[in-house]
Amino acid sequence: MSGNNKHHISYGTYILVWIALLAFTSITVTIAGVNLGRYTLFIALTIAAIKSALVINIFMHIKFDEPIFKTFLGISGATLLVIFLLTFFDFLYR
Amino acid sequence: MSNHTDTVTHHVHRDDVGAKMGMWLFLFTEVLLFGGMFLVYAVYRYHFAAMELNTTMGTLNTIILLTSSLTVALSIAALQGGNKFLSLVFLSVTLLFALMFMVIKYFEWTTKISHGIYPGSPELLGKPNGQILFFGLYYVMTGLHGLHVLVGMVVISFMIVFIARDKVTPDNYVKLENSGLYWHLVDLIWIFLFPLFYLIQ
Repeated sequence: MSGNNKHHISYGTYILVWIALLAFTSITVTIAGVNLGRYTLFIALTIAAIKSALVINIFMHIKFDEPIFKTFLGISGATLLVIFLLTFFDFLYR
Repeated sequence: MSNHTDTVTHHVHRDDVGAKMGMWLFLFTEVLLFGGMFLVYAVYRYHFAAMELNTTMGTLNTIILLTSSLTVALSIAALQGGNKFLSLVFLSVTLLFALMFMVIKYFEWTTKISHGIYPGSPELLGKPNGQILFFGLYYVMTGLHGLHVLVGMVVISFMIVFIARDKVTPDNYVKLENSGLYWHLVDLIWIFLFPLFYLIQ
């Protein structure tokens, strides 16, 4: 059974997402030039997360795919998060 | 044994959703691979001193990869719309961008190496531990990422051939979608590599 979903994304939507990605990139580069101390990293990572969300949801089509894919993503994302958290709890409190 | 008529219908079992799931599962293993290295970076981050990577080249490569993600997505959209030629054009452009990325990476690496900065070099070993670790991580992570770009280029080349020979068609294009997924992952990894290695103070 072909599972090809019928949802087709238009060229225009892809281009809009691309423009957004470029805009976020330029914001990140600009922010890095301004001395915001420890906030620079936080902002840079937040922007990276937003860019990732755009790529994953639209370019990689997760938003329009069967819900199981979002579940997959959620579980593996949570796993990665736990790995990071446990590592940080370890080394921060030695 | 049942009677065969002149025409035997072949039911080729296709499971496109299953194929896509398989690809995503593979992508998760890739995320864990790079995630582990990002973790090392995160833990030792405060030992890195001021970094000297070329922000312009890094930004250029970021733009190149983001645009290549666009072109691979457009290539799928084109094929979905039945436009085989346009799909091939977009894939070729994607390949070109990938090549540009590798060329810039080549110049970045050779510049650093010509300044004596490479894993195990006397110049690097003379620096503080934080710097040694930073450049070690830089070479391993961008190296592994570059390897993934090369593999992606091979995969995309195969897709070009498949589409040209009608093995991947507007009715059967999950291979192209999966190739796109792989390529977007390469872009995603770079989305995190770039600020962490090029833009931190």
